[in-house]
Amino acid sequence: MSPYRTIIGLEVHVQLLTRTKLFCGCSTKFGLPPNSATCPVCAGLPGALPVMNRMAFELALKAAMALNCQIASLTKWDRKNYFYPDLPKNYQISQYDLPFSKAGWLQIECPGGAKKIGIIRAHLEEDAGKMLHDEQGGGRDSLVDLNRTGVPLLEIVSQPDLRAPEEAKAYLEEMRLLLREIEVSDCEMQEGSLRCDANVNIHIPISPSPVASSFSREPTASADRIQPHGTPSALAAGSRLNVESTGAEGETFAATPIVEIKNLNSFRGVERALKYEAERQFQEYQQKLGSVWNVDPRSARNFAGSTVIPVQEKRNGSLVMVAKATAGWNEKRGVTEIQRRKEEAADYRYFPEPDLVPILIDSLMLEKARAGLGELPAAQRNRLQTEYGLSPYDASVLSSQGRAVVAYFEQTAGLSGDPKETSNWISNEVLQTLNDRKQQIREFAIPPASLAGLIQEVKSSGLNKQRAREVFAEMANSDATVKAALAKLGYQVVSDESQLREIVRRAVAANPKAVADFKKGKVKAADAIKGAVMRETKGMANTELVQRLLAEELDAV
Amino acid sequence: MALPLEHVRWVAHLARLDLTPAELEAMARDLGAIIEYVNQLQALHTDGVEPLAHALDLQNVFRADELAPSLTVDAALANAPARRGDFYAVPAVLD
Amino acid sequence: MNELTAAELLAAQVQGASALEITAAFLRTIHERDGSLNAFLHVDDEFALAQARAVDAKRKHGDLLGILAGVPVAVKDILCVAGQKTTCGSKILRDFIPPYDAHVITRLKQADAILLGKTNMDEFAMGSSTENSGFTITRNPWDLERTPGGSSGGSAAAVAAGLAPLGIGTDTGGSIRQPAALCGIVGFKPTYGRVSRFGVIAFGSSLDQVGPLAHNVYDAALLLEAIAGHDARDSTSVDRPVPAYSRGLDQLVKPLTVGIPREFFSDGLDAEVENAVRVALAEYQSQGAVLKEISLPHSSFAVAVYYLVATAEASSNLARYDGVHFGHRAEKFADLLDMVARSRGEGFGAEVKRRVMLGTYALSSGYVDAYYLKALKVRRLIKDDFDTAFRQCDVIAGPTTPTAAFKLGEKTGDPLAMYLSDIYTIGANLAGLPGISVPCGFTKNGLPIGLQLMAAPFEEGKLLQVARMFERATDWHNRRPKVQAPG
Repeated sequence: MSPYRTIIGLEVHVQLLTRTKLFCGCSTKFGLPPNSATCPVCAGLPGALPVMNRMAFELALKAAMALNCQIASLTKWDRKNYFYPDLPKNYQISQYDLPFSKAGWLQIECPGGAKKIGIIRAHLEEDAGKMLHDEQGGGRDSLVDLNRTGVPLLEIVSQPDLRAPEEAKAYLEEMRLLLREIEVSDCEMQEGSLRCDANVNIHIPISPSPVASSFSREPTASADRIQPHGTPSALAAGSRLNVESTGAEGETFAATPIVEIKNLNSFRGVERALKYEAERQFQEYQQKLGSVWNVDPRSARNFAGSTVIPVQEKRNGSLVMVAKATAGWNEKRGVTEIQRRKEEAADYRYFPEPDLVPILIDSLMLEKARAGLGELPAAQRNRLQTEYGLSPYDASVLSSQGRAVVAYFEQTAGLSGDPKETSNWISNEVLQTLNDRKQQIREFAIPPASLAGLIQEVKSSGLNKQRAREVFAEMANSDATVKAALAKLGYQVVSDESQLREIVRRAVAANPKAVADFKKGKVKAADAIKGAVMRETKGMANTELVQRLLAEELDAV
Repeated sequence: MALPLEHVRWVAHLARLDLTPAELEAMARDLGAIIEYVNQLQALHTDGVEPLAHALDLQNVFRADELAPSLTVDAALANAPARRGDFYAVPAVLD
Repeated sequence: MNELTAAELLAAQVQGASALEITAAFLRTIHERDGSLNAFLHVDDEFALAQARAVDAKRKHGDLLGILAGVPVAVKDILCVAGQKTTCGSKILRDFIPPYDAHVITRLKQADAILLGKTNMDEFAMGSSTENSGFTITRNPWDLERTPGGSSGGSAAAVAAGLAPLGIGTDTGGSIRQPAALCGIVGFKPTYGRVSRFGVIAFGSSLDQVGPLAHNVYDAALLLEAIAGHDARDSTSVDRPVPAYSRGLDQLVKPLTVGIPREFFSDGLDAEVENAVRVALAEYQSQGAVLKEISLPHSSFAVAVYYLVATAEASSNLARYDGVHFGHRAEKFADLLDMVARSRGEGFGAEVKRRVMLGTYALSSGYVDAYYLKALKVRRLIKDDFDTAFRQCDVIAGPTTPTAAFKLGEKTGDPLAMYLSDIYTIGANLAGLPGISVPCGFTKNGLPIGLQLMAAPFEEGKLLQVARMFERATDWHNRRPKVQAPG
């Protein structure tokens, strides 16, 4: 129950999985020696000309389709002009007014259920180089490495549909999963193949009245009568405010100026930075409202069904809009650092790139892209639930591991006949083992048939969980089948009823206190007797059988 | 009519051109004259006319995603005004 | 030797002359006479002689030789040659040495032509007199007090004065045709997309095109044949076969309708030039052609459109000259921004600054619709005019320039007057058409006059044939200026 709602839009850049750059044949490989992967084209030498990488365009098309975007029939290239030493031409080849895709969405899983996050547009552009600060030069110089220059990027801009830092993280995770699944990008944040800038501000509910009951769907009082509510301290208390993070229609909010956070280099960082920044904005709002900032109903606007009034700054007796600011995320200190207010809008002087020709996207290109998509994660999660009866949680754990793991699951479940148990084994033992061994599922020693065999063995023989894990480990270590692993470990499940009944009887006799406790109603006391039976059989007793025999013997006492 | 000096300064800033005061004055005069001349276009009715950025009617030119040799580091940096190690060196970028 | 055409030099080698002696003869002429002209910026004798020796060796071994074997070519310093200084006439690139060859250079090498040296030009091809060069002023071989035209003035002067039999120029608004007209030689601008721009330092990317300068139409056709054709490194290079232009050259175009745009014979056209052009048109009539008056109603807007479109593109193309990765860097500066602004302020000449400023202005927020976009719309109207015209005629004919060569310094103080000297040539660039200028007479002061012919896109073959029809009937192209050694 926050006293405000957080409004987040993300701008994601992903590097497309091409071998070569967007407009030349230089390598896109990460970690090459500085300035070893450049040519006249990407280094912007006089006279060099760009030629479009077909693979980059095809990958971008796939991504846009997976993001449910509308695909343009004609798209073109534009130059975005700005001077920076990591941009050797001092213009970036990008897409301005005719991006190849727009108006899509990505479905994410939130605690409250699935949610569609709007995508404003996705377009292709070239990356810039890398700047390093020169420590040796006494801090007077910066160093430029142009290896990254011209690497193909897909820029994906979301609507401001995200309402919490956790949602932003979920969006990024889903984006990464999706783009990895369709093999468009490897989305490694550490290597810069996925980068994220976040635009964030907060909406603070204001009059007609702060009490919860007034946040009804009644029409808001006419705009010119709306006054910024009360004192900052009254808002800070926020105790009576019950604001849904989604915001109800008809409410009126004050909106803080948008801050764009850059240099976010981990998903956790994104979440932390957004949390910090939202709270910082709330503090700032409380501090400045009434003194420096004002909320003027005349600048009210509609935002997703509610009325929103951006705060304005009092300057020389008049009110001016507060410009959007850029902030950096300081991971070490855990704070956002405001860098500058963009008082003057950048003038990029976009115009059509005359060195490239437009692209007509025909049905053949679309079909090819669609054919390359396969099943997307959201659809897959659905299917795992309906077809295999998995819980939403189990389905999303499997789905998040990618198609190969899901395929492994489906084969194993088919053979074992027990999807739930199969999902448990994979989510726990299999993924743990892969993680420990830094392996991919295709390198995993236990084939689906063997894992299915183990699951069936556990079911039919009543092998206990601990022993079953040991068998699993043996199988994973030696490529053994279930039978071979059992034999090697010398495990023979005792399922002989008369033999077991004898052992149970002895255990009952040897534990009179536990029996007495049990009789007094302490059901748990039976565990001690069961433990004795297991010790006696070295854990090889058929668990289900022991359970039944113990109940019978206790009854008989 | 000369372009206002403030405007000329702003354009010079966008273009990253260091102009002397005399150059600024001359630029304001020359640009003013040229702009006056090109303003004859404003008289033409062009509503509904599709802009023509390129006389060439050509689409969908692609290259295959195949590696081509890059320059050696030395060749790449041969024309650099300042080189430090295997990098281009520039005055510190302060952000 | 230096009076010979390319065709004659090829023939001479079949008769036993060596590429080495030809090259040496032209180098000698350059050293004798170029002090008066300043047509060349860089001449590397050893580099040229080594190429000549290689050609002679090939011939001796009976290897297959390229179509320009042993013929020297003067190359405008806007084309990159690997390992050779390429300045684009600008101080900002004074010491720039490209690590690669322009596609046209590769093709010339494949044709076994001899790269004689790099010729002077207006800085970044921005100018019509070669006076905007960052290094030196080139003079017209017919009158040393006059301009050879520009921006390919160095190549045009070199060919006219017999310093090279062939020249390579580039044409963004008339920069091949105008100096050809002013120097009394043939200059040809191909259809946009016919010759690769790869390695050609960009001025106005949607307008720039490389083409030949030569003594006659045959030589121009031969050189065009060598450099034209598809190049996968230039997205705007068109993938169509290149006809053997030089072979079908003497075929008469019949029937032939010559379109005469009435807008090309109005105010500002010098009477002597008009007279010479009308006589040339009569020659076509006498050969059976139909002269048809046509209209290019928007042609008076071409200069305005051109100066917005070309400068907008140039402002972006020239942004890379910032003293960061290559080119001139200022010695004194306060910080990065100052370093960039000073490097550019010091490295660029006045005209380049003017055009970068104009282009930046035309694209800037609040002005882009009224200037850049407006210009693109009018560009469409201009192209439509040509499309309409070519439904009525085979070629369009008129003067190449409004006047013959003007005096050095005459227009340097008035940028607009200079821009207007391209008034007849700009249309072909805006519409992407092929155009040629052929010598069609002289003023009473002995200055050459050019006839311009234009054709529909990719009709280079027909255009050359029509030009040849006139050339065969006249001898203007055989006249040579007398250039004295300096001093």
